[in-house]
Amino acid sequence: MTIAQETYEAIVAHAKRDHPDEACGVVAGPEGSDRPERFIPMVNAAGSPTFYEFDSSELLALYKDMDARDEEPVVVYHSHTATEAYPSRTDIGLASEPNAHYVLVSTRDCFDEDGGNSDGPVEFRSYRIIDGVVTEEDVTITPTPEHQRASTP
Amino acid sequence: MAIEVRIPTILRTYTDGAKAVDASGSTLTALIDDLDGNHPGIKDRLVETKDGSIDLRRFVNVYINDEDVRFIGGLDAELSDGDQVVVLPAVAGGAHPIGR
Repeated sequence: MTIAQETYEAIVAHAKRDHPDEACGVVAGPEGSDRPERFIPMVNAAGSPTFYEFDSSELLALYKDMDARDEEPVVVYHSHTATEAYPSRTDIGLASEPNAHYVLVSTRDCFDEDGGNSDGPVEFRSYRIIDGVVTEEDVTITPTPEHQRASTP
Repeated sequence: MAIEVRIPTILRTYTDGAKAVDASGSTLTALIDDLDGNHPGIKDRLVETKDGSIDLRRFVNVYINDEDVRFIGGLDAELSDGDQVVVLPAVAGGAHPIGR
């Protein structure tokens, strides 16, 4: 899985911001391109440290928007806040995008017991999850392409 | 009565890859039965039997004209010619194992 530096950092920042709750979102890209380009953080409607779910109306709006842009979810990401960045049984059972890279981020080592920042590393791993079978894949982080850079006013 | 049903990627194995198919029915239950007649097996991916009654699967979302059917009668939700139905699996998961 190849992802731009800026997108990688945005996912990690979202995971840290929502800790100890799980953070979730997608990175959309042109259909069939396998290029995660448009970072879309989502609200975790479950608001839970052990579960995430996109709100149903936000889910519909997201898919309609991607459809209108001929995009698909190239990356579906979420964080685990107390366990490793590996798909849980729940993650595997509910994975429903066979073309997506499932990115798992673990924030368990970046906060101390009181919730203070301990500056530990954030684990960032990517998987395919198809028919209950998990396959980990390498993550390549590339410099952010010009057209993907956040515009500065 | 033609109602367009948008099919998510994971269920397109039942529709020969089609992103949308036509179906008919005056309620969501009837629509799903009609859909299953042309695309056998798809019904089982949308509904489940719990305590003897049939309900939508917890992690499947169905929308009629952008309304989540859970708020408009569930499987009894009424349909009219020209309505648009969208099926989307929930995007959900998490560290905690849930009973399934």
